[in-house]
Amino acid sequence: MTALVPLPVVLPLFGAGVTLVLARRPRVQHVVSTLVLVAVLVVAATLVVQVDRSGPEVLWIGGWPEPLGIALVADRLSALLLLVSVVVSLAVLVFSIGQGMTGDDSDAPLTTYHPTFLVLVAGVANAFLAGDLFNLFVSFEILLFASYVLLTLGGTRSRIRAGSIYVVVNMLSSSLFLVGLAAVYAATGSLNLAQLSGRLAQLPGSVALLLQLLLLTVFAIKAAVFPLSFWLPDSYPTAPAPVAAVFAGLLTKVGVYAIIRTQTLLFPDSPLSGLVLWAALLTMVVGILGAVAQSDIKRLLSFTLVSHIGYMVFGIGLATVAGYTGAIFYVVHHITIQTALFLVLGLVEHRAGSTSVIRLGGLARLVPVLGVLFFVPAMNLAGIPPMSGFLGKVGLIEAGLRVGSPLAIVLVVASVATSLLTLYALAKAWNLAFWRTPAEAHETARELSVHQPQLQPAGPRDHVQVRGSVLPSRDLEEARRVISDEESDVDLQQLIEMDALPRRLPATMVGATAGLIGVSLALTVLAGPLFGYAHRAAVDLLDHRQYVTAVLRGGSR
Amino acid sequence: MSSNATLILTAAVAIGCAVYLLLERSLARVLIGLVLLGNGVNILFLVASGPAGRAPILGAGTGRMSDPLPQALVLTAIVIGLGTTAFLLAMAYRSWQLTGHDDVQDDVEDAAIRRLAAEDEASDSFDLAHDVPGGDLPEEEGRAT
Repeated sequence: MTALVPLPVVLPLFGAGVTLVLARRPRVQHVVSTLVLVAVLVVAATLVVQVDRSGPEVLWIGGWPEPLGIALVADRLSALLLLVSVVVSLAVLVFSIGQGMTGDDSDAPLTTYHPTFLVLVAGVANAFLAGDLFNLFVSFEILLFASYVLLTLGGTRSRIRAGSIYVVVNMLSSSLFLVGLAAVYAATGSLNLAQLSGRLAQLPGSVALLLQLLLLTVFAIKAAVFPLSFWLPDSYPTAPAPVAAVFAGLLTKVGVYAIIRTQTLLFPDSPLSGLVLWAALLTMVVGILGAVAQSDIKRLLSFTLVSHIGYMVFGIGLATVAGYTGAIFYVVHHITIQTALFLVLGLVEHRAGSTSVIRLGGLARLVPVLGVLFFVPAMNLAGIPPMSGFLGKVGLIEAGLRVGSPLAIVLVVASVATSLLTLYALAKAWNLAFWRTPAEAHETARELSVHQPQLQPAGPRDHVQVRGSVLPSRDLEEARRVISDEESDVDLQQLIEMDALPRRLPATMVGATAGLIGVSLALTVLAGPLFGYAHRAAVDLLDHRQYVTAVLRGGSR
Repeated sequence: MSSNATLILTAAVAIGCAVYLLLERSLARVLIGLVLLGNGVNILFLVASGPAGRAPILGAGTGRMSDPLPQALVLTAIVIGLGTTAFLLAMAYRSWQLTGHDDVQDDVEDAAIRRLAAEDEASDSFDLAHDVPGGDLPEEEGRAT
């Protein structure tokens, strides 16, 4: 069965090559990429069952003697995350086939979308299966590279603006990762995770602490943990809806997975769990306060994404079996639900032309099905019983109470408050976008735009005086352009009057979204077995002898 | 373990210059900074590989072999760096096509705050010199910008 382990990486890469060759035949491209993802789905499901029954599966690639080659390892945690991420990618792929990915200014479908998407899936799968730190670095690069391309699809002004920040931040974090790798290699002479877990324990405490801080910083940038989360809410909303959905679901979770893996396997008796808990607290609170202030639902969701990363980091910081169980369950829940919400927003954008609550209104009457599709995952994200969001939060809160330190109690309180504020932010968006009449929305939008400046030519106003100093008005001009570029000028009422909206939603898009919401509801029904599985995975994580012996059968430590 | 001071110094200078360039606003400068940073980090990796030795080929001589693994890793990193550099270069060019310059632009929140401040909606720290072509501005400052 070890032959299954590399398939989740190899199949999408193979599919990427094939779809690239078939760039002129979009229909064949669709079929190929869907088939590839279905095959990976079957493989991942088999792996979950197999790994749960008989322990970690290990494959040394290239036939080198054991500690030298590249190891791919599937244990309970990685198999589960692999399965969930493939389910989510499949839903997003079907959604984007329905949408017919096009650039913003042309109707020609983008032929690069499918190959890049498959490369992204391969990168994510490789990250989950990586058995050594350098392979983890390479898989980060694979998925990041695909994400650079997907984020700047079409090369419009706003995407280039957001993309340049995203690319620079991630290149910087990759360089930092390399520094960390160099330091780890210099200190231990190995990059294999299983070997490292023995060797790092023998290092002096200060050296191990330095290595841990380096790796934590890198993964915190990827996972968007406060204060390293600044890049996320700005870059995700500009991307096309399916891209934003798959990023929100998968990319940050890969960072969370890397934190879980290194914290448990490499630095089990970490002196930094207090720091991690503080980071979790700030991530939750700052993230959700950002979300409350937003008027665009896409941006709002990007901030809730940051905020809910805090829950997973909370579980990791507790460093108990219950904490890790809660974190793993929450990761699974959050991947599905956040992706589903972004897909729903894609539907809203497609049907009503905007995702800004200032411009939307009356969606509940206009498109009732969107109301249901938005309401269920929104309530799930906010943690309304009995849905999986509630169960995940209860698991984490229970774990926090069992630890019982003052900081853990503070975090329990903060997580309840964050949950309530999430509910507030989402309910506000729900009320404004779905229950006002479009006419009311039009009134408000008009009132607001009275105060909005008209774009004026830069001619006579070359300079702006600010308390004695003079700024070129190009700055101000650019500030306006950034804003006006993000939002369209017409609201829903005007669009309805102009009859410029599509009459119906494509069934494929609705089907993919509804399917993913169905999966998230199934998580609620299957919460018992899933919690059991997460518990076993957490036990494996904290007692990593099984992992180490499975990887290093020859006993070469 | 003894390390090579030349390599360490080279890496330090490269990374120092890179940080300076990364703080610039122009994407082209940021790009050069990232290239320098990548090279500096790669040199750092060579330092991590330990003292130099003969080529790591079995039976090609006697004496200490140098560690081949970090060199393989650095090669991978160089290839990845090449790809990202090319992508960023294309993006800087696209940004120049769209806006006429390649400065990294403000994000939406920054732009909103700056606009609100300039429009006196939320702050009184900005004051627009309305419709006066540099008239009531101090002469030399008006020219300077």
